[in-house]
Amino acid sequence: MMKIFGKVAAIVAGSALVATAAFAEDRKSYPAPKDHPLSEIISGYEFRTPETRALQDDDFENPAYILLDLGAELWSTADGAAGKSCASCHGDAAESMKGIGASFPKWSKERNKAITVEQQINICREEQMQADTWKWTKDPNMLGMTIFVKNQSRGMPIVLDNSPEMETVRKLGEEVYYTRYGQLDMSCANCHEDYYGNYIRADMLSQGQINGFPTYRLKWNGVGSTHRRFKGCMKNIRANPFKPQGEEFTALEAYMMYRAVGLPIETPSVRN
Amino acid sequence: MAKSKPRVKAPKKASAGDVVTIKTLISHKMETGLRKDKEGKIIPRKIINKFECSFNGASVFSCDILPAVSANPYLEFTMKAVESGEYNFKWTDDDGSIYEKKSKLTVA
Amino acid sequence: MTNISRREALAAGVGFATITMLPLSWAHADKALVDKAIADFTGGASVSEGNVSLDMPEIAENGNTVPLNVSVDSPMADDNYVESVMILASGNPTPGVATFHFTPLSGEAAATTRMRLASTQDVIAVAKTSKGEFFQAGTTVKVTIGGCGG
Repeated sequence: MMKIFGKVAAIVAGSALVATAAFAEDRKSYPAPKDHPLSEIISGYEFRTPETRALQDDDFENPAYILLDLGAELWSTADGAAGKSCASCHGDAAESMKGIGASFPKWSKERNKAITVEQQINICREEQMQADTWKWTKDPNMLGMTIFVKNQSRGMPIVLDNSPEMETVRKLGEEVYYTRYGQLDMSCANCHEDYYGNYIRADMLSQGQINGFPTYRLKWNGVGSTHRRFKGCMKNIRANPFKPQGEEFTALEAYMMYRAVGLPIETPSVRN
Repeated sequence: MAKSKPRVKAPKKASAGDVVTIKTLISHKMETGLRKDKEGKIIPRKIINKFECSFNGASVFSCDILPAVSANPYLEFTMKAVESGEYNFKWTDDDGSIYEKKSKLTVA
Repeated sequence: MTNISRREALAAGVGFATITMLPLSWAHADKALVDKAIADFTGGASVSEGNVSLDMPEIAENGNTVPLNVSVDSPMADDNYVESVMILASGNPTPGVATFHFTPLSGEAAATTRMRLASTQDVIAVAKTSKGEFFQAGTTVKVTIGGCGG
């Protein structure tokens, strides 16, 4: 019995290896800094099929550009009681927003907490423009503006805010990352650190990097945010998801930027 | 998104006789009419059902579209550049809405 | 740890399999529907293999968005060109996908789009020329039902 089982296992393992190798050959990786949990840092792009990559490679074919165009339009459209647009304060986004997507979340002294790009957008809308805030995960305006802002950093490597406050935030994010949640009792690490490059059923697991978010996801038939993806993962492991833009997911995002350090921003990417 | 937005990438210049590639994309959910909502009721079909491209009024390419075409329908096709003029791109929605876009081509 | 008997586990497994299988069996277009769609397109004329090249991935990462490229060998001259190409998906709830219409001004009988595939199945392209000839090509696309992507 054991013999047969052993043979079957060997065949299964063998075919898994073959399947992995087909994708693994040209996977571009970035060196991880000292004491980093990963030995190599790899974008989710590298784990996708040639067809999915092709959708991202061509800015016209990438459907997320519809929302990027919307974001660009909103940037210079006045809204709210103050009669201001983003451009009224920030001018040309290509200058003023350069690097933002590669360095947020960052520490806000006034609020005494870490804030994401989405939160900063709503802070501006509320306080500077006196406009209604946008919903966090699915509002096309919020997605479009977040894509537009982060896209100004496309190709720039992720850098970290090394303030002691952000170190503390990342500590909490690390705790969220390694804590097993839900009925399946799994942590982020169980898939995205231990088994990236392997199949979970028919899905190729990536490192779960967030450098391409918001992303056009084939499963969603549309664009979604980082925190929507976090929520989806938690539902998959049958856990109660944290709130989008709440303390836990913001900390997790900050920690994920550490896991992605040096990786270029790809926003808006295309994923499966 | 409430309103569909078309995007077109068509060359502005070409030499006579060139076969140019044209890419089009329009934001649309392409609701199939096969899905059910939370109450179990069928969500009615709402798709882009036709796309047409003409040049100086002459038909270049058209497509009858069914619900099996993906959300945000993408179409890529070619045109033989013969003379300078104007492209016209037209998408027809199940609800009767028409989305149009025009652009110019100079043939040297 | 709760003890679940082998029989209970098996029963649960079977139950689960049945539930997940059902929509798949509903989602299959009848072969008769595919044949009828082709007959409607050709008016009953015979269809030859060849001249048509249908390019699709062997494995689709997600059935929502599967790229499709079709091209037909043709001079695309006023007296001899490809008028239309019909795309059918044999395993979708209904087989129709799209029909492309060309003119000599198209320059080439080639088009690219993205389509939905409910499951692993054959996709068929049937081309009609201005001379009333019909050609077809088909390809099988495997659609993965993912662990988290499905």
